[in-house]
Amino acid sequence: MSAFPELVEVSDNHPAQPGASPPGAVPAGESPAAPPERTQPPPKVVALRRPGRWISAAVVLLFFAAGARSVITNREFQWPVVRQYFTTSAVLHGLLFTLWLTAVTMVAGFAIGTLLAVLRLSGNPVLSSLSWGYVWIFRSTPLLVQLLFWFNIGALYPRLSIGIPFGPSLFTADTVNLIGPTAAAVIGLALHEAAYAAEIVRGGVLSVDAGQAEAATALGLGRARILRRIVIPQAMRSIIPAAGNLLIGTLKGTSIVSVLAVQDLLYSVQLIYNRNYLIIPLLLVATIWYVVVTSLLTVGQYYVERHFARGAARTLPPTPLHRLRVALRTVVARSRGAVLGGGTR
Amino acid sequence: MTSPMVRVRDLHKSYGAVPVLRGVDLDVGAGEVTCVIGPSGSGKSTLLRCLNHLEKINAGEVEVAGELIGYRRHKGKLHELGPRAITRQRAAIGMVFQNFNLFPHLTVLENIAEAPIAVLRRSRTDAVARARELVRRVGLAGREDDYPRRLSGGQQQRIAIARALAMDPKLMLFDEPTSALDPELVGDVLGVMKDLADGGMTMVVVTHEMGFAREAADTVVFLDEGVVVESGAPDDVLRNPRQARTREFLARVL
Repeated sequence: MSAFPELVEVSDNHPAQPGASPPGAVPAGESPAAPPERTQPPPKVVALRRPGRWISAAVVLLFFAAGARSVITNREFQWPVVRQYFTTSAVLHGLLFTLWLTAVTMVAGFAIGTLLAVLRLSGNPVLSSLSWGYVWIFRSTPLLVQLLFWFNIGALYPRLSIGIPFGPSLFTADTVNLIGPTAAAVIGLALHEAAYAAEIVRGGVLSVDAGQAEAATALGLGRARILRRIVIPQAMRSIIPAAGNLLIGTLKGTSIVSVLAVQDLLYSVQLIYNRNYLIIPLLLVATIWYVVVTSLLTVGQYYVERHFARGAARTLPPTPLHRLRVALRTVVARSRGAVLGGGTR
Repeated sequence: MTSPMVRVRDLHKSYGAVPVLRGVDLDVGAGEVTCVIGPSGSGKSTLLRCLNHLEKINAGEVEVAGELIGYRRHKGKLHELGPRAITRQRAAIGMVFQNFNLFPHLTVLENIAEAPIAVLRRSRTDAVARARELVRRVGLAGREDDYPRRLSGGQQQRIAIARALAMDPKLMLFDEPTSALDPELVGDVLGVMKDLADGGMTMVVVTHEMGFAREAADTVVFLDEGVVVESGAPDDVLRNPRQARTREFLARVL
């Protein structure tokens, strides 16, 4: 019975210790139960020392320094070549194409994926099974095989036509003219992506408490409105981290289209090093660009997550920028306080 | 009894092979408060959820304000209505849940104004003004822009009541509205419900609060194993129950 109230007192009294007496710090009448007066200050708390932490940190830093040194001093990395090619127009064009392909894949993939998730969650057993079958097929075959398949679709269907099933056709064209390497890349990536997006969206929708849809139903809201206004915004909390994962995976995954001779970032540097044999530095050029874009996406994801966290936490956590500003302010205040305190003591 | 607001006849409902309601009759006059009591698993909540067609019924009739709920009579059979018609019927019946089910990503005002804007086609300005008035009415002025997580359970439930009232319902259903609350918060919610009852709202309340039933109810219905065992004025049912099963139940909860 005695240990607990004393522990509480340590934190209560600590800031008020030098100066005014503890009960005087609280306005009278505000808190009915004032802490009892004590003749002796409570014993101080000393944290456990952890020498192991210091040693392990030092060892790891040592290895890190050795690695960094070799990266900087090893001439085979050819950093000047990296710098020379980093912003050449061929590389930048490749980068732009990679970004475009990622964006198109992501948008189309999530559009189709959301539709698949809705079908899967619908009460219609045929639509639900079709959606399940789509995800099953597209997740169980390698992306590379799918891309090659779309690239060679002309062998399977030499002519494509739009029309009524089993009825007349309204429009006909040669497949090879319609689906070139770029179209094959877009179709292959987007359809593959859709299967994963469908599962992400479905998982997000399932993560929302069923009572939410029920309450909205009882209010007389329609199915579409409930999905759009009530369920999806809450599902986004669990969709965003998974979608961010998929987006970053897609960004790097688009490099696979280099097999179709589509000039993305990777294929662009490959074309250059096939001519001048500066393989490592040019691969570094592509690598650094991938890291840069991925980092930007990660930062973006943080802020999107924050946006959808509205109402989920009692207060939103501060952003890193905010935290940095507060930390700087405390450091400044503390150093000033130390100077003043030292003077008066 | 005045014109009946709720009229239930021979209502049957089962989940798979498990019967939950086995021929329930219920009448609630306009402006009356009916409390449904009974042991857990007796079908109280299911009965309530049949009144706004959150549950499909197996047989029987549910009428609210003279209108068959969820179905259309045609050649002696009941045909289920399309989603649009059911949605319109539900809009006139307010419901308050045990777990509040406020929308956590919307502020208090947005929670209340959402359905009037979407369903009743009110203008945003009107809906928000009405929402502010309702927040005041349930005693939470000043919390309009808070997210539900920042409110206590009792405050959340009062906002949930305000959200239902924003639709100007003819009938309010309460599904154990105080069961998830700390005992000290129950009184505020019951106070709001009492005010509502005094204001002439027709209410069906599934509850374990016998004090509330005694004070506010016009009729108390004791439900057990899917049938109405006993119903009548609160003084009769709660103080002088005629059925042995009612006496047993009351002896356990009082």
